[in-house]
Amino acid sequence: MSKKEYEIPSVPACPEELYTPEVQPGASESVRSYPAAAQHQEPLGFPGEIPDDWQDRALTRMEELLTRSRSLRVYLESCVRCGACTDKCHYYLGTGDPKNMPVARQDLMRDIYRRHFTPAGRNFPSLVRGRELTREVMDEWFTYFHQCSQCRRCSVYCPYGIDTAEISMAAREILDAAGFGQKYVNEILCKVHKIGNNLGLPGPALEDTLEGLEEDLKDDTGQDIKIPLDAQGADILLVTPSADFFAEPHVDGLMGYAKVFHQAGLSWTLSSYASEAGNFGMFIGNYEQMKKVAERIRKAAIDLGVKRIVVGECGHAWRVAYSFWNTLAGIGHGADEKDEYARALQAQLDPNYPVPQHICELTYDLMQQGVLKFDPTANDHIGLTFHDSCNVARASRMGDMPGGQMEIPRALLRASVRNFHDMADTTIGDATFCCGGGGGLLTDELLDIRIKGALPRVTALRDVMEDKGITHMAAICAICKAQFTKVLPYYDLPMDTVVSLHQMVGNALRLDKGEI
Amino acid sequence: MVTAIFAILFYAATAILLVGLGMRIALYARTPAPLSIPTTPAPTSRGGVAFRVATEVVLFNSLFRSNKWIWLLGWVFHAALLLVLLRHLRYFLEPVPQWVVLIQPFGLYAAFAMVAALAGLWFRRVAVDRVRYVSAPSDHLMLALLIAIGASGLAIKYLAPTDIAAVKAFFLGLMRFDWQPLPADPMLLIHLLLVVALMVIFPFSKLLHVAGVFFSPTRNQVDNPRERRRLAPWAAELERNNR
Ligand code: SF4
Ligand code: SF4
Repeated sequence: MSKKEYEIPSVPACPEELYTPEVQPGASESVRSYPAAAQHQEPLGFPGEIPDDWQDRALTRMEELLTRSRSLRVYLESCVRCGACTDKCHYYLGTGDPKNMPVARQDLMRDIYRRHFTPAGRNFPSLVRGRELTREVMDEWFTYFHQCSQCRRCSVYCPYGIDTAEISMAAREILDAAGFGQKYVNEILCKVHKIGNNLGLPGPALEDTLEGLEEDLKDDTGQDIKIPLDAQGADILLVTPSADFFAEPHVDGLMGYAKVFHQAGLSWTLSSYASEAGNFGMFIGNYEQMKKVAERIRKAAIDLGVKRIVVGECGHAWRVAYSFWNTLAGIGHGADEKDEYARALQAQLDPNYPVPQHICELTYDLMQQGVLKFDPTANDHIGLTFHDSCNVARASRMGDMPGGQMEIPRALLRASVRNFHDMADTTIGDATFCCGGGGGLLTDELLDIRIKGALPRVTALRDVMEDKGITHMAAICAICKAQFTKVLPYYDLPMDTVVSLHQMVGNALRLDKGEI
Repeated sequence: MVTAIFAILFYAATAILLVGLGMRIALYARTPAPLSIPTTPAPTSRGGVAFRVATEVVLFNSLFRSNKWIWLLGWVFHAALLLVLLRHLRYFLEPVPQWVVLIQPFGLYAAFAMVAALAGLWFRRVAVDRVRYVSAPSDHLMLALLIAIGASGLAIKYLAPTDIAAVKAFFLGLMRFDWQPLPADPMLLIHLLLVVALMVIFPFSKLLHVAGVFFSPTRNQVDNPRERRRLAPWAAELERNNR
């Protein structure tokens, strides 16, 4: 596909000049995901065709979710339409389509909720804008709930913390139940169940790939740095997004982790059964799917007999791991005496380490203990900035202190690169802008919205590139890395501008065993 | 006759407000929050969370970060409304506590501030294209209702005074189930009627944000998922059935 097919927004000189666009109804209504075919619906327990009683099924599912989840009910009822969130979504900023304003996106469901579930909406639909759940509504949901990357930026700014991600997850759950699944996410979920990872890389191929990487490491460093697979009795199980096995720049990150483990002399392994940290169950808001995918990690940990579980660089995966694994699969600490399910794994885990642990936490601790030494001059050809991934920044933590998820990666980068500068304050930390490809949107048919959604990040990046001599941007998320690699060229930035954090760490790490 | 109608209206409205809001709160409290979803960085202790929620309720912290105009107008409106409500306590308490006496003049300024802030919010709702787009008729009506309540109250004070001693006797009588006559001044009756309307609408409208702000999982959850296993009853059941 040529660049010309997409309309590329013009990039303002600095983030302060990223003006909020005027409302342009319908601006992105034609950008639609592909619907899932029966073969990607049925294995997940969703209808393969749109059934005649789709409306009943949708409403039934909605009612179920309302009783299952407090956030959905409270958020549907609490919005005062103050408008504070209207200019906070990167998709609105990039497209001007009003249905990409967080509150308007929520209203796509709220109007239905009022009509079908509240006395006000049943009796006075025109007053409170109650809306019947029709086919058109379903189509609109399918379009606009797949133009939300579930990045939660809106929830930071809402006076009641209303999280549009919660609404869009519920919406996709309802869409799936009524037969309106999205191909990209559901196809990947089928792969992970069948093969063990999102990319459909079978065990033997994975083994080959890792051997190749070990050779690369040998050529690169002269040392025998191993990337063990299925090593029974290893101390640490590393679970990482499967893109780390071959995509660029992900794979450089994986080699960085290997160097860290090697240098610290830790015993670790990957698992061919659980060769995927990603959990796309979250994107469709489906608890059962999320649990099923998470339980693969649990099983691998039990089978391999590991004492610690470490997660590689991936944003949504870290959210699921940090925030949900304990709930979903008992991967964590603090289970009840009577909670046999969780105890079964916990009894085996080392209580001295957090479970799960982020690879950045592990590397940071080793750096603090002086086990790892860095030579940042190795990265002197690089001027670096850091992209906070939304799921890491706003939906998880690293370390003991709130905000560690911002500080720990930066501490590692500062140790690894001398020329490090942050992008504008309004675009980092918990105010970070999504890369534009998260939440199940990393698919080619959505490229238009992905390019436009990247505009706020690209603006801030260009600004430091011009002012501070920045040449590269590190990320700790497989989706961010893939998205930027694809989208930056449309903004005339090189695709290799984006690098893995542990690639920088790996470059700077001193592997000489002698006195340092 | 007027007295009887208003007495019944107020009993009914109070019942609807209390029962309606109570049921909503009970529903929110009963509905489980199955996953740990605080918007991070989030406090790691209960006390920290209490502080976080308190700053949201008292200072509108997130809104301040978000949009200074909405914050200013919204905060002034709510603070003024609080003062005005406290000022009205003098109609319900006998003897009137000293502090209620003290705030009387401030409550009066507050009434003007309240109406002005509401007008500002309405102006935004109409003038900013994004907010206009998301507004439903009910959003405009709600502002109209609140402004009308404030304006009619001010009108009673400055343009069409009523016998406030009698008004107080009416409300004390209501509370003691010993009805006293309500002055039949039109402005007073309009004011009271609008208040009744607001009380009735409350539990069925976006005014539920008053309860929602305390129940928002992104704000009221402790950030400790690695240390504590959270399991909703329905999720525990799912786990049992799966094994
Ligand atoms: S900021 Fe919150 S309350 Fe205000 S319009 Fe957006 S979602 Fe609604
Ligand atoms: S979660 Fe992110 S993508 Fe979705 S509406 Fe909010 S800001 Fe936009």
